[in-house]
Amino acid sequence: MYELKFDENLCKTCPTGDCLVKCQYLDVEKKTAVEEMVKIGQGEDSFVLQDCVTCYACEEYCKRGNHPFYLITERREEKGILTSPRAITKQWINIGEPQGKYRLGDVKERVLSFGFMPEFLQWVKGKLFEDVMPSYIFGQEFFCNVVYIHFANTSIIKERLPKVVDNFRKLGVKEVIFVHDECYGAFAHLAPAYGIEVPFKSVHYFEYLYNRLKELKDFIKPLNIRAAYQRPCSSRLSSDQHHFVADIMELIGVDLIERKYQGENALCCGGIYAMAFGYDLAHDVQKRNIDDMVEHGAQYCIFNCPACQSSIGAEVAKRGIKPIHLIHLCKMAIGEM
Amino acid sequence: MDDIAHSLAMIVGEAYFSNQPEEAYFYARDPGLMPPHKPDYVVVPKSVEEIQEIARLASREKIPLVPMGAGLALTGLTIPLKGGIVMDMKRMNRILKVNEKARHVIVEGGTSQGLLKAYLEKNYPRLRHSMPDSPATATIAANVMIHGQGRLTQQYGFNSDMISGLEVVLASGEVCKIGSCSMSPDWFSKGAPMPDLTGLFLGWFGATGIITKVAVKLYPKKKMRDVEIFITDREDLVPDMVYELTHTEMVEDINIFAQPKPMIFKDNHHIAIFITGDTDEELEFKRKMTWYSLDRFIKSKDGGFMGVPPVMKPTLLEMPQRSVSRFADVKKGGGFEYSGPIIMVEKYPECAHKIVELAEKYDLGYSGMARIIGRSHAMMYGFAFTFNRADPDMMDRTRKALHEVSEFALEAGGVFWKATVDEQKMAMEKMDPNTLGIMKMIKENLDPNGIMNPGNWEVI
Repeated sequence: MYELKFDENLCKTCPTGDCLVKCQYLDVEKKTAVEEMVKIGQGEDSFVLQDCVTCYACEEYCKRGNHPFYLITERREEKGILTSPRAITKQWINIGEPQGKYRLGDVKERVLSFGFMPEFLQWVKGKLFEDVMPSYIFGQEFFCNVVYIHFANTSIIKERLPKVVDNFRKLGVKEVIFVHDECYGAFAHLAPAYGIEVPFKSVHYFEYLYNRLKELKDFIKPLNIRAAYQRPCSSRLSSDQHHFVADIMELIGVDLIERKYQGENALCCGGIYAMAFGYDLAHDVQKRNIDDMVEHGAQYCIFNCPACQSSIGAEVAKRGIKPIHLIHLCKMAIGEM
Repeated sequence: MDDIAHSLAMIVGEAYFSNQPEEAYFYARDPGLMPPHKPDYVVVPKSVEEIQEIARLASREKIPLVPMGAGLALTGLTIPLKGGIVMDMKRMNRILKVNEKARHVIVEGGTSQGLLKAYLEKNYPRLRHSMPDSPATATIAANVMIHGQGRLTQQYGFNSDMISGLEVVLASGEVCKIGSCSMSPDWFSKGAPMPDLTGLFLGWFGATGIITKVAVKLYPKKKMRDVEIFITDREDLVPDMVYELTHTEMVEDINIFAQPKPMIFKDNHHIAIFITGDTDEELEFKRKMTWYSLDRFIKSKDGGFMGVPPVMKPTLLEMPQRSVSRFADVKKGGGFEYSGPIIMVEKYPECAHKIVELAEKYDLGYSGMARIIGRSHAMMYGFAFTFNRADPDMMDRTRKALHEVSEFALEAGGVFWKATVDEQKMAMEKMDPNTLGIMKMIKENLDPNGIMNPGNWEVI
């Protein structure tokens, strides 16, 4: 069985307690933060296990790589502490269950992975992805399953993820470009944390787009727009890739606005909060987030995760800001939209 | 051509009469599982006068007369069990009058749901009627006749509760007006404050008369409409959830469904909550109130609002919903039938168990679906099974499963909706004898020769 690599001593000697001190949903100072994480590490009860809203951010706040959120998730599951209503958890687990309905393109050693978001197949048409397409994979058999950390259910991840890795292995791929960044987080961040060996190189589509846009620089017409970026929870598992957002914006002439809820302070889209906790938390987070975009003069809201776009895209549009996925924005810059 | 055929052809015109095998084949059946039976004649009248003449002829010659809307009931209600004349009402499809301020419309007896919907959207965009989820060709008169339900049923009850007047041709050929229209030019009430006589015709499946005009109430149509879905794995809590939702008085319609496929629906019960508003603020306020009403279930982790993908919303919001026809082809044979008893909402858990039990016993694809009637006053629980029409064994298993549903429904205190002939018999056997006595008096007086849709509601 795969086990989380967690070092209790790293928490005991933590100089900052950032994992909880920086948390936007808990009000905790350093001493309490360290004490609570140590308690959690030792399997004791903690209010954190009840109150954490599963934003993933502590995985980024912890600069010592000790995986506080994965630990919280493990302990919640051990203690039977539900984060979401059972029906919601069941629904998500059922959705991700392999059905033998996966789709493969002309798979080469270098391949695009869509997880099981079918819309990506339409989105990757055109110059941006033509040096990889039609080498692609799609379906539950290649779904990273990381979303279940929202539901305090790592056992399903530990059960399914090795099989997914094996499915990739059988295809003989050497390099996988993940078009959904949670999938990238699964293979580049979560799998190593659990000692799951990944037999290929994981590439975030941010990096791919950045390099590709440089190749296509003659086609780029600066967009000259002001945009806010909606950073998803999953991005906390790939914070080393986050800089590419600014890098790409610079390439395509987008003014990425400075605002309150950006970078480490980014707010969740609220989609999971609505399902897990009801109206108030989701509504409060969404309102603060969109108000912030409006106040700072965003014309566009750039999405990385289609689920975020689904959650707040319509609301963003109602406030006069155009919702757009990063891929579409890049296509716009090279004249394909 | 025999004398009767000749007479009928003279009444409606040769183009709208048939005694040929092609028409007999089609009018012998409906899309459900009931065995077919051919009519001797098919007529498609255009006027009340033609219908009166046909009724007089049928009475004189003692020929069965079966009025038919779109023939979509699925339970064989327009199959001419004893032959005779099938009267297809489709040419009686005029929208006669809309009174915008009094919010009602008068239509002819063969007017379809789709026609009225389109007409209102074009001419009265602030008005709507209670649209059932049957195909748009279903007629308004037949739908109220069977006590159908629609999108406004949670707010206003059965579609038959929304009637504000009837015109009926009796077996004798006489025309009878029911409601305020019997003494006023205005069709604003089906009875009150006078005796309500609509019950002489509604629910009788044409066994007491033929509806030639019907007035139905119209309701405010809001500019915006949205849907939320609350899901739970505790069927025993569904009645409490519905109680809380209906208490808000903010909901247009509440439908509940549970089915094993696709995977997104497996293991849970889905309460689809429809809300409307004229502004973003109104819609959001209603959304907030409905979410709050179920907050205790979210806190106890017994249920939550699923994220409804934008791609799913148009399917859920369309009126009528076409997802039923997709369900009908799950078994790749286009077969679909359901039994939809009207039953107390508190019986939801038993119904939900029963459909799973029957689907397993008879190895059938299923979908359990409920529509809340009024403020949780009752529900229609649809035990829906899908089958391949090219597979006689599967069809037989479906029939057996539906028969068990009928027995279950009666035992659970429910009453049959769109009762098949067998269900009518079961109902009459269980019914209070004095109630049955009143039905007998009505039937004998309104149809002394027993020609009106014989086989249906034949009071022993």
